[in-house]
Amino acid sequence: MTREYWRWPESRWTAPNKEWQGAKIITAGVDVGSVSTQSVILVDGELYAYSSMRTGSNSPDSAQNAMKWALEGTGLTMDKIQYTVGTGYGRVNVPFANRAITEIACHSRGANFMYGPTVKTILDMGGQDCKAIHCDEKGKVSAFLMNDKCAAGTGRGMEVFADLLSVPIEDIGKLSFEIEEEPSPVSNTCVIFAKTEATGLLKQGWSKEKVIAAYCSAMAHRVVELLQRIGMEKEFAVTGGIAKNIGVVKRIEKEIGVTALIPKLDTQIAGALGGALFAKALVEKEQRG
Amino acid sequence: MISCGIDGGARNTKVVILKDGKIIGKGMALTGFEQKVAAEAAINVAISEAGIKREDIEYIVATGEGQKEIEFANDTITVVGADTIAVNTLFPQVRTVIDIGAEEGRAIKCDEKGKVIDFAINEKCAAGAGTFCETMARTLEVKIEEMGAISLKSTKSIPMNAQCAVFAESEVVSLIHAKTPKEDIANAVHSAISDRIASMARRVGIEKEVALVGGVAKNIGFVEALKKDLEVEFLIPDDPLFITAYGAAISAIDKVSS
Amino acid sequence: MIANYGYKDGSGEWFISIDTDKCNGCGECVKVCPQTVFEVTQDPNDPFREEPVAVVSDGHRKKIKYTCNTCKPVTNRPPLPCIVTCKSKAITHSW
Ligand code: SF4
Ligand code: SF4
Repeated sequence: MTREYWRWPESRWTAPNKEWQGAKIITAGVDVGSVSTQSVILVDGELYAYSSMRTGSNSPDSAQNAMKWALEGTGLTMDKIQYTVGTGYGRVNVPFANRAITEIACHSRGANFMYGPTVKTILDMGGQDCKAIHCDEKGKVSAFLMNDKCAAGTGRGMEVFADLLSVPIEDIGKLSFEIEEEPSPVSNTCVIFAKTEATGLLKQGWSKEKVIAAYCSAMAHRVVELLQRIGMEKEFAVTGGIAKNIGVVKRIEKEIGVTALIPKLDTQIAGALGGALFAKALVEKEQRG
Repeated sequence: MISCGIDGGARNTKVVILKDGKIIGKGMALTGFEQKVAAEAAINVAISEAGIKREDIEYIVATGEGQKEIEFANDTITVVGADTIAVNTLFPQVRTVIDIGAEEGRAIKCDEKGKVIDFAINEKCAAGAGTFCETMARTLEVKIEEMGAISLKSTKSIPMNAQCAVFAESEVVSLIHAKTPKEDIANAVHSAISDRIASMARRVGIEKEVALVGGVAKNIGFVEALKKDLEVEFLIPDDPLFITAYGAAISAIDKVSS
Repeated sequence: MIANYGYKDGSGEWFISIDTDKCNGCGECVKVCPQTVFEVTQDPNDPFREEPVAVVSDGHRKKIKYTCNTCKPVTNRPPLPCIVTCKSKAITHSW
């Protein structure tokens, strides 16, 4: 199992006043990530239940378990789900899925549902990758990039710094503001060289907090450059582990001069939700013939 | 005449002192976080080896990443320029120079007079330079000096998927957990870096003869891998680490005489 | 959709972008690329698109800078085969 860089609690949720009985279309989306797996169930296009749990040693079991957990106590069973879309890193290993769709497409669609049609730019930074998506008002992707080659600008890069400075990764955001003056960003992009640079800064007498601030702002700057490549628009959303790091998010906001939208739902389920929405659209398309 | 070249590299600062073009002293110090201190330390070692006084040095040329901070130098030269001059002096038949340092890799094409025709640089990504091998050696708990010999014992080539030194560390850790022999992992590390260096070198066009310089040229495992990738033999100077400083010292002679 | 394949790392930005609205899935780029960088498939990022589209295959995405070096000598760089061959002008390189 891959190490978890941003820690997420496992959770499940069911819509309080909703019935699946008598529904026309029931669909599901399952997002099997390298760290966590989510499943979302939609009843007539409305959110009915979801679950989020750690990814186990194999994708098929993880998908199955997440699904079971979401269904728990609802009386709803797998056979009533008309269409399931698998997404995420393990998407081709979801045995009960009717179709696999990339996380780029699903994320975009899910964010559109969560944040509403005004969201045009989505940044998703996970433990091992960073995605930037530009979409239209329907959640259709108009530009994207995904960086999973370089550890800089991923949760992994942050973890390397947290380790170097022996601070828990959850505290990075908060600590990065415990400074008198914003330092200039760490100049090396490469995590390995940035680490050496940081060691030098500590030797020069910089406080841990100041070094953290310098790294958070370097990361923010890098992210902004990626966002510019796909076309940055004002209405933007931040999802994935990075959303938990206010040290980076606030600095991104400052650099581009806009505030990230606050979601109504747990942003973790964006991918699975998008998958379930695609599932519904695909069923309808089939029905139309 | 006594001239001096000083190469403020990312890892080590190297000094070469020449008397009428012959090496009379060499010195090295870890660059660490204070280039100035390292430069002083390295030049002092070289001076005592040469058995001269500081004032005897007529002209000092600095090169390398830290060149600007070496204030006592009279002039500076680029690494590409210094490498080419040095290699042309040692091996005039060389047309391609490959220099792999700790943080950067370079490939240079030059003419018979030692004039640079073309060059390509792999910048600031640890996956494309010597740091990659060092990082992997640390993860493998093997001394960097031993990496080469260990990898030559390998009988199996296994692929490395990660293209980033950080992610490659995790990959090496999982290979260790999967009980993969160290020599095969070391071999995989060298093939991975050699692949990237070879690709960069092809951008300038490999023309014979080819010289290999820089600290990584001392790693026989890497040298073997690169030989296979490029299908050429290399000319490697005795002290590949000091080549850039040597080139700077030769350029100091030219500066004074012109 | 502008699909950007590649990465940004310490050494720079290395992206091949495919404008999927321009790409007609003809597959000429697949034939002409000496490194088999491209594939023509169902659009992985748009489940509703019927026509096939060119994508940069998985194996090259994390090392595209190196893959394309063969076509990109430092001097006298000839026009890139993939770009020249694409009549729809759907392919661009960031470097
Ligand atoms: S720049 Fe550093 S962190 Fe990024 S890919 Fe290269 S080695 Fe990895
Ligand atoms: S530049 Fe050459 S190797 Fe790269 S994608 Fe185009 S044709 Fe293929």
